[in-house]
Amino acid sequence: MRKPKLSTVTDHAVLIAGSLFMMLPLLMILQMTTIPDTEIIQTGPTLQIGDQFDDNLEKAMLQASGFSGENTGMSMLKNSFILGIGFAVGKIVIGMTAAYAIVYFRLRFATLAFWLIFTTLLLPLEVRILPSYEVVQRLGMLNTYQGLIIPLIASATATFFFRQFFRSVPEELVEAARIDGAGPVKFFVDILVPLSKTMIAAMFIIMFVYGWNQYLWPTMITTDEDMYTLVRGIKQIVQVLEGAVVPEFGRSNMLAVVAVIPPVLVVVFFQSWFVKGLTESDK
Amino acid sequence: MAQVRFSNIGKTYPNGFEALKPTDFEIQQGEFAVLVGPSGCGKSTLLRMVAGLEEITSGELSIAGRIVNAIDPADRDIAMVFQNYALYPHMSVRKNIGYGLKNRGLPKTEIARKVDEAAALLNLGDHLDSKPSQLSGGQRQRVAMGRAIVRDPALFLFDEPLSNLDAKLRHQMRIEIKALQRRLGVTSVYVTHDQVEAMTMADRIIVMNAGRIEQIGTPAEVYHEPASTFVASFMGAPPMNLMRTRAEAGQLHLNGGALCETEHEGEVVVGVRPEDFLPDPDGAISMQVDIVEELGGHRLLHGQIGDDTVTVHVSNEFAAETGPLDLSVKPGAVCVFDAEEGHRI
Repeated sequence: MRKPKLSTVTDHAVLIAGSLFMMLPLLMILQMTTIPDTEIIQTGPTLQIGDQFDDNLEKAMLQASGFSGENTGMSMLKNSFILGIGFAVGKIVIGMTAAYAIVYFRLRFATLAFWLIFTTLLLPLEVRILPSYEVVQRLGMLNTYQGLIIPLIASATATFFFRQFFRSVPEELVEAARIDGAGPVKFFVDILVPLSKTMIAAMFIIMFVYGWNQYLWPTMITTDEDMYTLVRGIKQIVQVLEGAVVPEFGRSNMLAVVAVIPPVLVVVFFQSWFVKGLTESDK
Repeated sequence: MAQVRFSNIGKTYPNGFEALKPTDFEIQQGEFAVLVGPSGCGKSTLLRMVAGLEEITSGELSIAGRIVNAIDPADRDIAMVFQNYALYPHMSVRKNIGYGLKNRGLPKTEIARKVDEAAALLNLGDHLDSKPSQLSGGQRQRVAMGRAIVRDPALFLFDEPLSNLDAKLRHQMRIEIKALQRRLGVTSVYVTHDQVEAMTMADRIIVMNAGRIEQIGTPAEVYHEPASTFVASFMGAPPMNLMRTRAEAGQLHLNGGALCETEHEGEVVVGVRPEDFLPDPDGAISMQVDIVEELGGHRLLHGQIGDDTVTVHVSNEFAAETGPLDLSVKPGAVCVFDAEEGHRI
């Protein structure tokens, strides 16, 4: 057997320490979903695994909280998915089409337009949240999915990434397609989109997770309980801290676990594409 | 019938740079015309203007009797093979070849038939379902050719299609392309910077330099009767020996020896192909041989005649040594050029 090198051992030690650091809070939450809420209040996190998992899961996913009785875990999960997917798909579509226009069409102010888009990176949502809210409110889009998604999808990041990628597509490919009789739409659909596959996947992961984890914007825009997203709903449950009522820790922790799973799955599912998209392309 | 007619075709970029001086010539039906010249001479620009990828800023271009200046590349009835093949990396060979037909709205069965035909012609039958990345350079080149021939165009355009291949493959593909063109009888314009490619493939060579056409002629004409010192030094490997000398009293002299008779007077440049010098004990021209280059089938002697560096091609039967050597010149093999302007006189 080969003698392990010291550097290998230290490398692994660092990696293991890092993963433990990331994993432990999650494991603690998972543990807390299995014990009764009263026990959490009394002892805090322990190493003991209880039998409350099923109960908590049922409570979290199917039982409504709040006044209207419409924000069950399931409905929040659905809302989160709509937000996450709508946000990611919207950003990719807007980013790709904007980049396509900037890179492939001889527009007079294409470069200026690009840099204008780029400077919006300096103005994240939090900076312009009040005017954005007002616009959405005046358009009557409060408490709608459109209001939740559309104001967020104009994206400098996606436009920038796709612009860089499109610029690296060989000019000859464009010319060959022109000679082959592919017009602007055909070229985009038949050539550019398939070539950008890995790039799209990478963008999808980043944007889905980003959309999924939105907190401030959904809090502002959605006041109806049936529009709550998971990230927002967790907070809502722990909030009932008054007098002698015990907060439903088990339930909120369960929701936290549920909220973590989809982004993890997306990353696991797309990860090989993700790495490819950011490091190479099959041009 | 002229398949491609250039009437006063020119290209000036918006910044005022004149990439192509106004040019007039014709390419005949079925002809294989090769545009050759050093990089930056405007040959690719000219080809791209024919393809419609580059705007024509002056003059008129007609393909198969139709003026195409304002016509889109897709509607010019041309097909182009690119230097880097420009295959669509995400499509199979079959789809790559058929893409142009699909865009033209041909029925599926028709596309399949034509793709199969083209693939059979190019020996690609086994690779129709592979992706370009799984193919070798030569095969990719064939796919690019397939994409061109499947469309059955009025004109093939080749933009240095062999320059990405290794020497051996290039040699083989050269012959394949030429044979294919013969077989299909499609008029072709081929751009290359490699004069060997130009010589071996062309029916007619168009030698370009600095945005200007230096000479149009068959390979033999261009080789034996170059129109200028540029053509003389560009075509042929090793190139024609160019030597500055004087013509006096109807006689050209070289390094003191009589070269040939001439009608010209005064300062001229004479050009002699390396193989047109003959080792001859009675020869009037004496050369100082510095290096003997052994090439198996023949030898190249590098050295000086007077102050001019020259190369002489001798057969392998001639026992060459460094040192002085007397030469004569084959009768009629001397080209005389204007000493100032470089054109042939």
